[in-house]
Amino acid sequence: MDVVIFLIFAIIAVACAINVVVQTHPISSAISLVGVMGSLAVIYLLLGAEFIAAAQVIVYAGAIMVLFVFVIMLLNAGAEATKGRAPMAHLLGPPLLAAFLGILAFVVRRLFPREYTAHFGGFTHGTAKDVGRALFTTYLLPFEAASVLILIAIIGAVVLARKEMD
Amino acid sequence: MYPVTTIHYLALSAALLLIGTVGVLTRRNIVIILMSIELILNAVNINLVAFSHALSNINGQVFAIFVITDAVAEAAVGLGILIALFRNKETVQADEIDLLKW
Repeated sequence: MDVVIFLIFAIIAVACAINVVVQTHPISSAISLVGVMGSLAVIYLLLGAEFIAAAQVIVYAGAIMVLFVFVIMLLNAGAEATKGRAPMAHLLGPPLLAAFLGILAFVVRRLFPREYTAHFGGFTHGTAKDVGRALFTTYLLPFEAASVLILIAIIGAVVLARKEMD
Repeated sequence: MYPVTTIHYLALSAALLLIGTVGVLTRRNIVIILMSIELILNAVNINLVAFSHALSNINGQVFAIFVITDAVAEAAVGLGILIALFRNKETVQADEIDLLKW
């Protein structure tokens, strides 16, 4: 059962991710990105990370995607005109990509033992209670630094997007 | 039945990382480049949560929270820059913004 759910949602995630990159119109890419975020939330649930799954749906599929769609509508960005690519890219791209994938697969299989199975329910310490306890005890200082970072980002976004007034 | 191992999650993560990198390198629309960066950050999150599950340790999930925080800050500032850029240059195509090109 695990493997079926994992395969279904992994394939949806990869297909939607390819669609994000392939689509010429930004709105189509944004809708595909929502698909990626939703299926990744299910993947996190399979790994026992309930809080991350909820945060993924609320923050990514909710907040960030609304921001993206809002900016796309605001800028009225149309479809992108395709231009010819350099012949060198056509020639070298696929073999280099295949070589990189091969090296990546080799390193990952060397570094991590293959016998470990990630079955559903094997790790149940991903609830909001456990994550919150870790955040407010061990990681209190990084947590506060992250909140300062968010504050700086808010001020920066407001200053950047503000209309210049003389 | 064939079991799901951590390798499978790492493979999914590597696939999303590669697709995001291809998007950043080949697309010209800055909005889509920012979306590809979100894909790359999600690939990092899958790795962190998968290792958290493999090692039965909550720390990976805490780091995933911090990555989500950074992604939100990056998207907000990036789109703010994009709006300021569009106000000055009337374009969202990365190859038409060549003010610093000699």
